[in-house]
Amino acid sequence: MIAIFAFYLFATLTIASSVMVIFARNPVHSVLWLILAFFNAAGLMLLLGAEFIAMLLVIVYVGAVAVLFLFIVMMLDIDFAALRSGFTKNLPFGLIVALVLLAEIVVAVSAWKAGPVTGGAQPAATTQPNIEAVGELLYTRFLFPFEIAGLILLVAMIGAIVLTHRSRGDVRGQKVSRQVDRRPDEAIKNLNPAVGEGMKL
Amino acid sequence: MNFAAILPEIILTIGALVLMMVAAFMGRRASALCSWSAVALLLGAAMALLGEPQRAGALFGGLIAADGFGAFGKLLIYLCAAVAVVIAHNWFERDFEHAAEYPVLILLAVVGMSVMVSATNLMSLYVGLELNSLAAYVLASYRRTDERSAEAGLKYFVLGALASGILLYGISLLYGFTGTTQFDGVAAAFLRDGTGSIGLLFGLVFTLAGLAFKISAVPFHMWTPDVYEGAPTPVTAFFASAPKVAAMLLGVRVCLDALGPAIDAWRQIMTFAALASIFLGAVAAYGQTNIKRLLAYSSINNVGFALIGLVAGGVAGASSVLFYMAVYVVMTLGAFLCVLRMKNENGEPLEGIDSLSGLSQSRPGLAAALAVFMFSLAGIPPLFGFWPKLMVFNAAVAEGLYPLAVAGILGTVIGAFYYLKIIKVMYFDAPGAPYARGGSGLEGALIALAALVVSPLGYLLIGPLGQLTANAAGSLF
Repeated sequence: MIAIFAFYLFATLTIASSVMVIFARNPVHSVLWLILAFFNAAGLMLLLGAEFIAMLLVIVYVGAVAVLFLFIVMMLDIDFAALRSGFTKNLPFGLIVALVLLAEIVVAVSAWKAGPVTGGAQPAATTQPNIEAVGELLYTRFLFPFEIAGLILLVAMIGAIVLTHRSRGDVRGQKVSRQVDRRPDEAIKNLNPAVGEGMKL
Repeated sequence: MNFAAILPEIILTIGALVLMMVAAFMGRRASALCSWSAVALLLGAAMALLGEPQRAGALFGGLIAADGFGAFGKLLIYLCAAVAVVIAHNWFERDFEHAAEYPVLILLAVVGMSVMVSATNLMSLYVGLELNSLAAYVLASYRRTDERSAEAGLKYFVLGALASGILLYGISLLYGFTGTTQFDGVAAAFLRDGTGSIGLLFGLVFTLAGLAFKISAVPFHMWTPDVYEGAPTPVTAFFASAPKVAAMLLGVRVCLDALGPAIDAWRQIMTFAALASIFLGAVAAYGQTNIKRLLAYSSINNVGFALIGLVAGGVAGASSVLFYMAVYVVMTLGAFLCVLRMKNENGEPLEGIDSLSGLSQSRPGLAAALAVFMFSLAGIPPLFGFWPKLMVFNAAVAEGLYPLAVAGILGTVIGAFYYLKIIKVMYFDAPGAPYARGGSGLEGALIALAALVVSPLGYLLIGPLGQLTANAAGSLF
């Protein structure tokens, strides 16, 4: 009962926030709605027992992709009013895409009614949660490619720094030792200026 | 877990991480320290190849294999990378900000190549290839203030990403239709289903297309001249040697191991790639005026000859490919070392072939060395470059592939033209402005050593090198 309730909650919210992604006037709001849609989709994945995919959805899509979107939307000066003005021009094309999607859904549903498509390679049903299963494989059987993948990310970081970093002459870094060594008598000057004469520094 | 068997990779990885920290904290002052440490690490890793890494067999549940084939490839790769670090040290030091990170990237690329030559699983194949490629993209655009270098890096990156995509698509198809990413499992599936399965065939074609890009075989060669021309010369020398060896050996292992039972399917593809590379590499080099572009076409041409050995297949074919690559890297590195000496009076590098005119009068030693490399690359008999060509043709003839061998020999003749053209420019044209003197003694010694190896004296190496390549190729079967 609670599962059905949760399903309808997540499903309705996913659809509603997806609709809001399209209809929101402010692109930043669109991205925020998109994040909500991702969270609800992750909830749906949890209901299916796919915890790993749910976590990936949150970490990768919300944590990285959506933040990147947000960053780009805010960095680029896109005139969204001008983009929207082509609505009627692009409408036929949009309708075609919608029709293709609809046809695909119809085909998929009729194929699903005909029976499962898996060619005998059913995953073994175990009591082990899939996060544990993935983690165990990643750190035992596939440890080697996993470590090499880490090196690939390291190369990407070194490459990004090497290609973009330039040391500039006019940067004044913080010198902690000089700050600590400073005495009050070097830093503070007591003056008693006469009225109307102002200060000499 | 047998960590002694991956000792070379461990040495290189930990060394690269330490040098990265040194470079980060010491800045460009660390340039010399990092370069010489990297050379020491590479030579140390080459020493560590003795013993376990040659015979431990399957590791990590068959993800990689430590065998003679991989060890031979790693030896070549480590030596090429050491030369690339040495020559870059003199090249970058003058003005360069991130010179200290260069050896770090080379070391990480070398780790990737080590994985490539020992991969026996499609996944370790891919991660190794990607580690190597990613470091190579950065290296190609290393002189970021130079527009051509930036262009080379971008072009390499975009086309390389496309090739990776094609390769991954092929891998996913192979996995989908065989249910495994292990090379032996894929081979078993091909043995069971044959190439009648359209999915398997598509997977094979896409995988080979991705690999052909990495060895720059025609029709996936278009990036090579641009990248070789734009990249800094030491980086070009590196690209033309170590990654070529790694990708070629990877191709040999994939074709003979994973796709072994489908030899009739990939033989057609590889025959086409070999002949197209030989002829296009020979014909397209005619009009070139830039020596680096010319050497790029030369490398395409040479890959074609090595592929003839692969097409022949079997132990003889595989060992002829190994022998070919070993001699090829010596000739190519020698030629690039000579190109590095091409500098005008202000010390600016020159790349035009016309600047070589009359070199025999101003710099007889350099001209003689370059002439030796050119004659050898052309495969003209008394020089050592002739022998590997003979070996691949022999392997093809032994398999009964007479038309292929004849076409290959025809390609050699056509290709000889542009190698000889350079010798003509050096020896028979009126001398132009002389090159600046100087340059490190170590580089001079390396040129002399390379010239000695490809000279007729190199024939003394046929015994030991032939033994080594035959053993290495034997470990594949």
